[in-house]
Amino acid sequence: MERCDTDMMMERPLGLFRAGGRVEPSLVLASGVALVVVLPILFVMVSIFADTRDIWGHLRENLLAGLLFNTAVLSAGVLALTALFGVWAAYLTALCEFPGRRFFSWALLLPLSIPTYVMAFVYTGLLDYSGPVATFLRQHVPTVAPFMPPIRSTGGVILVLALALYPYVFLLAAGGFASQGERVLEASRSMGLSRRRLFFRVMLPMARPFIFGGLILVLMETLADFGAVAVFNYDTFTTAIYKAWFGFFSIDAASQLASLLVVMALGVLTAEGWSRRRMRYFRGRDGRRAKRIPLSRRQALGAHLFLGGLFSVAFVIPMIQLFAWVGEAWREEWHLGYGELLGNSLALAGAGAFLTLSAALILAFAGRKLTGRFMAILSRISLLGYALPGTVLAVGMVRVLTGIDHMATGLFAVLGVAISGPFLQGTVWVMPVAYMVRFLSVGFNAVSSSLGRVSPSMDEAARTLGVSGFSLVRKIHLPLIQGGMVTGAILVFIDIMKEMPLTLMTRPFGWDTLAVKIFELTSEGEWERAAIPAVALVVAGLIPVGILVWQKERTNR
Amino acid sequence: MKIILSALCAVMVTLTGLSQAFSEELVVYSARKEHLIKPLFDAYEKKTGVTIKYITGKAPVLLERLKSEGAQTPADLLMTVDAGNLWHAAREGVLQPVSSSVLAANIPASLRDPENRWFGLSRRARTLVYSTERVSPSELSSYENLADPAWKGRLALRTSKKVYNQSLVAMLIAEHGETKTEAIIKGWVSNLAAPPFSSDTKALEAIIAGQGDVAVVNTYYFGRLQKKTPGLPLAIFWPNQSTGGVHVNVSGAGVTAHSKHPDAAKALLEWLSGPEAQNLFADANMEYPVNPSVKPHDFVAAWGEFKGSDLGLEKAGELQSDAIRLMDRAGYK
Repeated sequence: MERCDTDMMMERPLGLFRAGGRVEPSLVLASGVALVVVLPILFVMVSIFADTRDIWGHLRENLLAGLLFNTAVLSAGVLALTALFGVWAAYLTALCEFPGRRFFSWALLLPLSIPTYVMAFVYTGLLDYSGPVATFLRQHVPTVAPFMPPIRSTGGVILVLALALYPYVFLLAAGGFASQGERVLEASRSMGLSRRRLFFRVMLPMARPFIFGGLILVLMETLADFGAVAVFNYDTFTTAIYKAWFGFFSIDAASQLASLLVVMALGVLTAEGWSRRRMRYFRGRDGRRAKRIPLSRRQALGAHLFLGGLFSVAFVIPMIQLFAWVGEAWREEWHLGYGELLGNSLALAGAGAFLTLSAALILAFAGRKLTGRFMAILSRISLLGYALPGTVLAVGMVRVLTGIDHMATGLFAVLGVAISGPFLQGTVWVMPVAYMVRFLSVGFNAVSSSLGRVSPSMDEAARTLGVSGFSLVRKIHLPLIQGGMVTGAILVFIDIMKEMPLTLMTRPFGWDTLAVKIFELTSEGEWERAAIPAVALVVAGLIPVGILVWQKERTNR
Repeated sequence: MKIILSALCAVMVTLTGLSQAFSEELVVYSARKEHLIKPLFDAYEKKTGVTIKYITGKAPVLLERLKSEGAQTPADLLMTVDAGNLWHAAREGVLQPVSSSVLAANIPASLRDPENRWFGLSRRARTLVYSTERVSPSELSSYENLADPAWKGRLALRTSKKVYNQSLVAMLIAEHGETKTEAIIKGWVSNLAAPPFSSDTKALEAIIAGQGDVAVVNTYYFGRLQKKTPGLPLAIFWPNQSTGGVHVNVSGAGVTAHSKHPDAAKALLEWLSGPEAQNLFADANMEYPVNPSVKPHDFVAAWGEFKGSDLGLEKAGELQSDAIRLMDRAGYK
């Protein structure tokens, strides 16, 4: 592919400096972001030197092999299912035309705002032996009842996680499909490619960075998930982390296990970067978007069956169950100031999404400008916060905050002022930063795959017109990647609303959110009452999803 | 630079000063959930004018937070469920001994730390609940008996990852030693009606639906179901009445080692152990008061009297790790 802009691409060792020895400002900013992310992770990893042979011995002897096997099966299953659901649904809604397409293009995003643990308790409640479905079958069709597969099984946990996570792939893949220019597809058609081959040889490969971006999010969510697997009592690698911590009270052993997760995530990110090291994905020069392929009536029926089925199972049925529980419990629960919880959730998610997206943009632009190996490492480590279970990251975060607080107290002592008490810990200001550390990966994936579509020849053209530096970013890049930015911001926004452990650890007194409320009630086994904050969370999630749809429709027109 | 620093200093001093102006304020880190503690704190505030701020979270997470905050912690009181958690907090040095004749009089010795670093505030019994349709109480006798092949395919258990089960097994180890206890747990596992459940409530629902016949649960989970649907085909059985007694655990609290208001924290603890608060505390969750002079709620008292285990609860903490290892070896998930 074309390589241009020799000034930019000139390979210097590490690529740290501009000509003349001046430090590149975007690199300074990107290093700042990476530092903020890496500090709490390092504070988790300091534990690797602690002596925990005792616990490791036990885990190795009795559990580890099984846990790794379970984790591998779960990851593979969830990846396969989310890829199937997400890519197929994205292809149908972005590249095909049939009645109801517009409805599905936004409706299928709605499950985004159902947290995985909520999906898990809804489906175990609905389908377990004591649930309404199995009970109905036993009472009315006893011949069929014994053949109902148990929901609390490997298949069940894979399905439930896939239902909660496929929207990540769907959203990113739909963006990838939608931004494929018409010219490429025309060219491919003129070469006589059949529709099937067009899909597998052209459309799918062109959307690959988007699809992979989504699948990486899914994989990291799956690896770090604790809430959903705990509802199923399905033991994975995170189970070992929590066992070490909550059972053996060894935060050291837990941190060591979590560090392994970080290493695994680093491996995945590196492998993904390596696998597309020689590929460039640019948008065609004409702005025309691909014409949608009209479906025949039979094909449209098939599309309806698949999309309708997916929508029902991932959203309609869980919502019916949640509302049924709300009906049972609202008298007891509906007095606790849900307005305030909702307000807190929205405020935190807004501030966190803004900060996260800003950091993602810094990283993405620095990565575009600097191609040295240092930058590659920098952007990779900046994404690791997503791979740790939230609770473990929260401990790292608290260690950093208290460390800074200790230093501040020390500083005051030197200045002769004797005051103590936390300055950062327990203030609301650190929460958006904590969310940024956790969800930078989500924002970055959306932004960087869009930015990758902007051809460097565009920059070159702009420069010849005298537009460069920050105004190049502002006038050319930002408008072009607006879609990716909105996608990223909204994914992060919804992720923050669903987030629990970091919120629990870093919130100031009395700062409860909807997710915290769900935690409090579910950890007491009060599923019905927890349905109220869960429904509120989903409804609040409709706002950003609505913005997303509006924005998509506007740009796709 | 100097100007910036002193300006920063001034701001910080003002902020800290502001927060210290309201010194009649206690901070509680609580693993007991908000809806169970808030009514108590509200009552205390009304009575004494002391405001109580709190955050909730999981016990080991709060403990980790206390440890990393060290001397700077704003927390005065750590409140958790399960003696195992309290024991670990004491061992990690985040709690301080409190000598109080009120607490000594209100709380039986087996329900508090021998060194007075933590105090039980409510008692919970982990007992057997059986299906009145398929089990006659004469079949039941003890936790140990549930390992008998007669219960094959009939036992419903919660996951071994829950601290309640870890404490129960720790107490069995204290009583029988490891070898015998491991045989009992293996017996339980081979009698399971379904893979272990994620909550006591789920285990009870499985019994109602007919998936299993007997479950090991904390009484208040049974109470909640009973309150919602009176006349359930379930009943409580008090096991081990002729031997060690029912496994009893506590939720409790201790004053943090670096509390800035240890006296006010002690006063709150004393109030919580007294007659006025004990009913509120226990009844909020259908538990039993620790204070022997306070009667449990009628609804709870209707389940009958029982002999509780009087093994010191610190054993639950000491043997928790052994219990987990044992359950892992026995294949109890």
